[in-house]
Amino acid sequence: MSQYYLLQDPKKCIGCLSCEVACKIKNGLPVGPRLCQIMTVGPKMVNGLPRMAFVFMSCFHCEDPWCVPVCPTGAMRKRPKDGIVYVESSLCVGCKSCITACPWGAPQWNPETGKVVKCDYCMDRIDQGLEPACVTKCVTHCLHFGRADQLDTERRQRFARNVAFELETLASSR
Amino acid sequence: MSKDVYSICFMCTVRCPIRVQVENDDVTWIEGNPHVPGIEGALCAKGSAGVALLNDHERPQYPMIRTGPRGSGQWRRATWDEALDYVAEKLQAILKQYGGQSVVFGERTNLNTHISKTFTRAIGSPNHFTHDALCKGSVNTAFRSLTGYTDTEVGIDYGNTRYIVLYGRNIFESLEIKSINMLLSAMEKGAKMTYIDPRVSITATKADRYWMIRPGTDLALNYALIHTILKERLFDTDYVRRWVTGLNELQAFVEPYTPEWAEKETGIPASEIVTLAREASEVKPAVVFHYGYRGAHHPNEIHLRRSIVILNALMGSIEAKGGLFFKKGAKAAGRGDLGKYNQQEGLPKPSAPRFDGSGGDKFPIADSNHGNPQTLAHAILNEDPYPIKALIVNRFEPLQSLPDANTVRKALDKLDLIVTIEVNFSEIAWYSDVILPESIYLERADSIQMASGLKPQLFIRCQAVSPRYDTKPAWMILKELAGRLGVGRYFPYETIEDIWNFQLKDMGVTLEDFAKKGFVALTDSQIFWDRKDGIKFKTPSGKIELVSSLMEKAGFPSFEPYQPVERPAEGTFRLMVGRCAAHTHVSTQNNLYLNELVPENELWIHSAAAAKLGVKDGQKVEVRSPVAASTLKAKVTDAIHPEAVFMLHGFGKTVPAQTRACGKGASDTVLVENISDPVGGSPALDHTFVTVRPA
Repeated sequence: MSQYYLLQDPKKCIGCLSCEVACKIKNGLPVGPRLCQIMTVGPKMVNGLPRMAFVFMSCFHCEDPWCVPVCPTGAMRKRPKDGIVYVESSLCVGCKSCITACPWGAPQWNPETGKVVKCDYCMDRIDQGLEPACVTKCVTHCLHFGRADQLDTERRQRFARNVAFELETLASSR
Repeated sequence: MSKDVYSICFMCTVRCPIRVQVENDDVTWIEGNPHVPGIEGALCAKGSAGVALLNDHERPQYPMIRTGPRGSGQWRRATWDEALDYVAEKLQAILKQYGGQSVVFGERTNLNTHISKTFTRAIGSPNHFTHDALCKGSVNTAFRSLTGYTDTEVGIDYGNTRYIVLYGRNIFESLEIKSINMLLSAMEKGAKMTYIDPRVSITATKADRYWMIRPGTDLALNYALIHTILKERLFDTDYVRRWVTGLNELQAFVEPYTPEWAEKETGIPASEIVTLAREASEVKPAVVFHYGYRGAHHPNEIHLRRSIVILNALMGSIEAKGGLFFKKGAKAAGRGDLGKYNQQEGLPKPSAPRFDGSGGDKFPIADSNHGNPQTLAHAILNEDPYPIKALIVNRFEPLQSLPDANTVRKALDKLDLIVTIEVNFSEIAWYSDVILPESIYLERADSIQMASGLKPQLFIRCQAVSPRYDTKPAWMILKELAGRLGVGRYFPYETIEDIWNFQLKDMGVTLEDFAKKGFVALTDSQIFWDRKDGIKFKTPSGKIELVSSLMEKAGFPSFEPYQPVERPAEGTFRLMVGRCAAHTHVSTQNNLYLNELVPENELWIHSAAAAKLGVKDGQKVEVRSPVAASTLKAKVTDAIHPEAVFMLHGFGKTVPAQTRACGKGASDTVLVENISDPVGGSPALDHTFVTVRPA
């Protein structure tokens, strides 16, 4: 696993697809490949209310990625310093082995270049101290980027805040 | 060379502040202005897709003069001088023969509206209109009838609200970034949201309570809410005593409208209506009954919008933290006003009545600052009240915004001159005699924006890159046209800096003040008026007038008995229209990236109704209204009321130059009948019944 983690707060996500366009612009992509994509599920009734899920899918940057060893040219690789999985475009021959190998559809086909393209967490931006494009421009700031160990804490804090509020209402209604 | 340019987005009318990164005269990155609270880098899909608009080959690239029949797509390329000379010559002949009033200028309200209004008046025409009435004319009138202010002078304190009720205000799809971030943070702090809509929008899926109301019956719901609030004395007594007149008349009026009565009309259980009234009352005045963004659904729209404002008045939430507030401008911040060219001394005030009867015989109390353009086709076809010969539009789309578009097209045929100032090959551009291509917002600077609010601020749109094509800003196009018509003296500027300096002359602000963050705050702290003595209502009584002097004087009753909403016959549905997050009204359907996200619209139809009609999900269906028929794909779902069908607005383009959007989906305005709310001024865009069958 790369040392980074991209956390989506599903409660705040409104499925506006801003992340998809931010990514495409940043990477200069044509129509077709979507390095990140919101997969919409629903609406379905949950406890009497209509609910929808917006599942953010990009690349998990696996610790032991399926896509890397199957690449015959070494184009698909893992960055040693932080574990980001990326394509060295000049080496990609468009064989699509990585597309076949990845269980989550992370590597995408770029019909304009005849090569594979995938999420690299905008590593050029990260190297400048910035966040990935999708995170920076997320309309509701529901996407968070950081080191995996730190985001765990953030998730716990959020949970604690919610629980604390529940307690507050319980207490005040007595 | 790389530089940052602070500017204002214009992919939609919300106009979020942005930071644009430019390298070698090319835009490499756009993000929301990181210095603005609630924005902090955020930018919606449309905003990012501005880069695709900039680089799009499928937009007008130079002035064009029509050579074949209207709409044939036969054009010749012209120089700016040729095109402007051509327009000026035609206009001059029309002005001479038919007078100034025979020219109509229409646009979507924008930062340069003071300049286009100047142009219209300078050539002697009273006929400048904006798109506003088509969207929210009745919301505007409702607010004026009760408070003396228009809806645009009112804002919502989303960040501090504790209870918000949305009537089809699909806030998470028809989105304003700052507002929704404020609202989401309030919801994190425990604010509760109720969403009411015959259709399950994304907003419905985020709400704490959702009511799939029977289409068109929101007014019945509100009468029952008011009934309950008055009966149980759930209102803010101090506020109402101090600031509200006409409570007894209201109480007598709502007497028969019990929650049980409303349940039969709306389908919402009476007990739930009572619960909502009580819950809201508990946290008043930090309550928002949202008055809507679009308020153009039914002919009694004025009464629905008034009932919503009245609910806020009863909660004491008008000018309250967490409720509604009056936007404070430069004066409240102790400054002079932003200069406007249409306030120049000596600018003619045309004496002819408006073509659309706005503020006159047809819409006596509608806001004639915006007009009521839904009468455009009638006025042209019947020469009522006089012949109209020329139409100039800027970023306004009569053929996809005005109801009954086929009749509009027929009316256009009767004009001697149609000129479009545009960034897209819109339907109207393609049907024009001359296209004057406008530089897009990244290629131009515009007049300074006064962002009135609790903390009034000034924002500025700066030019990020040079125009990709042979295009110009509208303020320059109008100046050059005015010069040719002998009225150039009302456009005393050469550059955008001249405009800015004129605007800022009484503000105590200089251009340098914008450099650091792209905006200038005029105060440090929020300006609320004192709820005890300081609220400056602009009605004759200085209070919220439930019995409205504005309406009563014009002969309109303040309260109108409820008329039951007709139930559609089997196989017949109420056609509803709306928005999604990926598109702006009618203007982005051909954008490379936005088209990829949402390429066409579908007809939402309830699964039970679809089964009866033999319509399957994804199948093409014909939708037929009393005025037209169209085909599009069906989306069979339980997420819509069985009496309604729904489609997204702005599809069904017919212009071949927009290759990505042309022929995709259906246009709602072709199907919608031209019916209006004569009091409020909006067209009734959700009032048409349609039949559906497999195509």
